[in-house]
Amino acid sequence: MRGVGKTFERGTVALDALDLELREGEFVSLLGPSGCGKSTALRIIAGLSTVSEGIIEWPNGAGQIGFVFQEPTLMPWANVAANVQLPLTLAGTDEMSSRATVTQSLQRVGLANFANAFPRELSGGMKMRASIARALVTGPQLLLMDEPFAALDEITRFKLNNDLLAVWRELRRTVIFVTHSVFESVYLSQRIVVMTPRPGRVFGEIAIDVPYPRDERFRTSAEYAGFCRQVAETLGKAMATAGAP
Amino acid sequence: MSDRVLRLGLPILVLTVGGFIWHLVVQIFTIPPFVLPGPGLVLATLFADSGLLWNSLLVTLLTTFQGFLLAAVGGIGLAILFNQSRFVEYSLYPYAVILQVTPIVAIAPLLLIYLPQPLAVLACAWIVAFFPVLANTTLGLNSVDHNLLALFELYKASRWQLLWNLKLPSALPQMLAGLRIAGGLSLIGAVVAEIAAGSAGAGSGLAYRIAESGYRLNIPRMFAALLLLSLAGVAIFFALSGVSYLMLRRWHESAIERER
Repeated sequence: MRGVGKTFERGTVALDALDLELREGEFVSLLGPSGCGKSTALRIIAGLSTVSEGIIEWPNGAGQIGFVFQEPTLMPWANVAANVQLPLTLAGTDEMSSRATVTQSLQRVGLANFANAFPRELSGGMKMRASIARALVTGPQLLLMDEPFAALDEITRFKLNNDLLAVWRELRRTVIFVTHSVFESVYLSQRIVVMTPRPGRVFGEIAIDVPYPRDERFRTSAEYAGFCRQVAETLGKAMATAGAP
Repeated sequence: MSDRVLRLGLPILVLTVGGFIWHLVVQIFTIPPFVLPGPGLVLATLFADSGLLWNSLLVTLLTTFQGFLLAAVGGIGLAILFNQSRFVEYSLYPYAVILQVTPIVAIAPLLLIYLPQPLAVLACAWIVAFFPVLANTTLGLNSVDHNLLALFELYKASRWQLLWNLKLPSALPQMLAGLRIAGGLSLIGAVVAEIAAGSAGAGSGLAYRIAESGYRLNIPRMFAALLLLSLAGVAIFFALSGVSYLMLRRWHESAIERER
């Protein structure tokens, strides 16, 4: 998978000649301050937004895409199972054959006991789990996540970070994870792409060469702190090129 | 619990005290029944004329119900059409507004000239009731969560799926609010048209009974008919509120009791 040079325009230039290359099965974070066009880049990859310049190439075909929004974006009138089933329903899969897939997807995120609950009865973290289960239910090749845990408290976020990594290690799908948290991006990803704000472009890339599984020990290690400092410095330089934030 | 008792008890207390004062005023000043009948006489008339009034009530309720049904179908249907085609919306919406802002009392006599009387009454009930359904449903259909729209787009939902699985359910609260208003309004529309028709000497609905009793100076019957009309309006309101509650209680904030 290879995304090449995308410029996007909506009056303001959100992305300017953004080059991004993705390998199958890797976990990449897009890191940058708000307004640097990370979300726009994600939406373009998902096909929810059009490019005004440049192209996106899919050497192996685009395939299925799963998207996790910043908000859980669940349908309040439907229970968790129906929400997770939605992508299958829209694809015309019949009820019987999708039931097993839905159950499996719910188990994967630890929500098997909440299939009949309504979104309003769930906590913020559980809503996000349901949203991830929905994104996984079609067995997507590519999972796009747009600051999914930004609104959660730290304890819940750490837990979801771990669970997300577990799911990723099991399924080995490509994940593009948009975040503005240096710590979250270092903990999760194999590679961090740092972006500059207004117009958004790639400033630098940092590989996090730490084997998985990563756990709480990694989170408190000197190695982790070192990576965080390196990424934060790069981010600082990226901000400086753009002038005042 | 005590809140519930107050909610039910206080209005009943007010009713009793009000009725008693009314009764006293009529007694003390010996007001003749053709000027102001006492509450006892009104109730007595309600029972004495119950056969006649009941039939009239059924006529009015039938018109109201038909008008409401047409308003629901027309309002929701038109809102969906507007939502699907901007072209249709721009072409027709101004006329829907004109129909709404023109007082129904002024339209009723005209309708009575061109339409047979039951149809004219029905048309009035419909005209008054359909606009809140249209306006509220349109608002609901247009207030769909943008992220959910993006999600449906991502999974390549068809127009029909978008409407059926996303827009209609998410517009349901507003739609039900519109229907609740429409229920009361269609009763008003039916009554206005019956009054307008009544002066032309035809009809048998409850509003016609009021007009007729007025001409005959049968004031107690006027009050009795009025009482029935109010009760019918209250019943319609509660029925529709109940339906709305049942449909929204699992998920919509409006139907969920707040926990403290």
